[in-house]
Amino acid sequence: MYKLSKNIKSISLAFIVLGLIGLVLGFSTTPHSIEDVKALEASHASHGGVHEATTDYHNGHAEPGHAHDDHNSHHSEVASHGTHSGNAHYEHVLHQYQNKPWAAIYVAAFFFFMIALGVLAFYAIQNAAQAGWSPILFRVMEGITAYLLPGGIIMFILLALSGFHINHLFVWMDADVVAHDELLQGKQGWLNVPFFLIRAAIYLALWNTYRYFAVKFSRNQDDDAQGNRWYKKSFKAAAIFLVVFIYTESMMSWDWIMSFDPHWFSTLFGWYVFASMFVSGITVIALITIVLKSQGYLTKVNNSHIHDLAKFMFGISIFWTYLWFSQFMLIWYSNIPEEVTYFITRINDFKLPFFGMVAMNFLFPVLVLINTDFKRINWLIVIAGIVILLGHYLDIYNMVMPATVGKSWFIGYAEIGALFFFLGLFIYIVFNALTKASLEPKGNPYLEESKHFHY
Amino acid sequence: MASKVIHAYYLDDEVLMDAVKALQIKHYHIEEVYTPFPVHGLDKLMGLPHTRLAICSFLYGLVGLTVAVTMMNFIMINDWPQNIGGKPSFSFLENLPAFVPIMFELTVFFAAHLMVITFYMRSKLWPFKKAENPDERTTDDHFLVEVDANGKDVEELQAFLQKTGAVEINLKDKAH
Repeated sequence: MYKLSKNIKSISLAFIVLGLIGLVLGFSTTPHSIEDVKALEASHASHGGVHEATTDYHNGHAEPGHAHDDHNSHHSEVASHGTHSGNAHYEHVLHQYQNKPWAAIYVAAFFFFMIALGVLAFYAIQNAAQAGWSPILFRVMEGITAYLLPGGIIMFILLALSGFHINHLFVWMDADVVAHDELLQGKQGWLNVPFFLIRAAIYLALWNTYRYFAVKFSRNQDDDAQGNRWYKKSFKAAAIFLVVFIYTESMMSWDWIMSFDPHWFSTLFGWYVFASMFVSGITVIALITIVLKSQGYLTKVNNSHIHDLAKFMFGISIFWTYLWFSQFMLIWYSNIPEEVTYFITRINDFKLPFFGMVAMNFLFPVLVLINTDFKRINWLIVIAGIVILLGHYLDIYNMVMPATVGKSWFIGYAEIGALFFFLGLFIYIVFNALTKASLEPKGNPYLEESKHFHY
Repeated sequence: MASKVIHAYYLDDEVLMDAVKALQIKHYHIEEVYTPFPVHGLDKLMGLPHTRLAICSFLYGLVGLTVAVTMMNFIMINDWPQNIGGKPSFSFLENLPAFVPIMFELTVFFAAHLMVITFYMRSKLWPFKKAENPDERTTDDHFLVEVDANGKDVEELQAFLQKTGAVEINLKDKAH
């Protein structure tokens, strides 16, 4: 049995407290009026004039056909947007600043939620494939998926807050914008708040149901190790879940992420988000396994298990890059205005996170983890894993921020605070869940094979 | 110089692995093991040095990448710039996304083909080469361990091999 160490408890608590402080600072430094924005821009301009250039670009961007290409034009004066006369620009920026702390919370909340979901998918695949190498790691995976329920509830609350107009993250939820936008009117059948929330509830209910039964069957197999009755049930549940998952995960990614840019669509977006959550999840499995092993638990986990996890980290990183590039290259090459705006916004306004993420998620893991021997060195895996996780945080950041915060982005109190807060919460919930059952799933028929796994 | 070797046959890779372990504990010298398929861990057990083929493959990949970059730069930018899909080829960097698939494919192509050729050369394999394995059954379902019997008590060695689960044991003269 694993016992929650004091260190982990205090670390998670420290992260939560630091995160809360960051969030409070993030919300309190948000400008409240146009005057605040003017003051802010003036101070920025006096610091070096960088912002001035972007402001110019912003005005220059107001060309014919722009009326709704800009993803950020969800303030009420859509019609007058083209001219930017008077205070329209400042009001626009004000809305972006007011979105910023909410978007920061949303990115961090989704990031940690997606880790739990990715691990759940990985766990289901191990069960459905009747994998022989991994049962020794099942309890680690079950522990990580414990964050699915609290993380899911947080996500649902955030979506509901947007739905009730507490924040303005989703453009299409704004009735004024929809009234002036034929494309959004056409999508109202899918993109309307009640149906949106019902769908979110359905996805979360389905995933959590599987999680509940998978863990229950796995624990039952411990107590009732005669025969494989519960094991077979796990297998069936996993197979059904995987079919349900790939549909619901796709729709979730359209709803929760792609609809930030409601004019834009990509047919492989679901896969793309899946690759991100899958590689983040596997990385977290590897990191937590290494942490537990360093504390003297999981004695039967040998470096062949670590090697396999590192291979997955390596392989799925490349898979993610493949999808990222497939999406990017086709849109870049065809250059259709309604599609390509998505990447133009990102390359013009988010150059560093956009290309930095490719370096962190592709170049770094490829170069570090390509060597067989390196895949067995724990500290290298930890370094690669942290870079991969930060890279995929940036990936989500790049999906959400351009449409909600636009050019007013920077990594400030709110972003770091939200990341710390959810990190602390995640660590606490996951490690607490690990104490609930023996770290070795006793009844699994493949346990012996897993213990002797050797490559 | 002719030398004496013992050929011991096994029917299962796990039994074979255990036999190899046992032989090494007794300090018998294993000349070679013939198996119908690659047995994981056997190379480590026999103390064979780690293959350097992977390093070669990485270098070949880099060669392929370089060839692709040079080739696309020459064809599409320097020699005959074309305007494809409203993207005139004036700069390699600005047209890079279109070249990435070619760069990837040539990297893989060079790494794979040159690695196979290197493997053939290192293993001294070429078309129509006469097979070296002493018994055809090692290409089907038998595992053969060739143990050096020079200066050893042959009776004792044979009895020992019997105990490790060998299904057939032959004493052979091996011509070098």
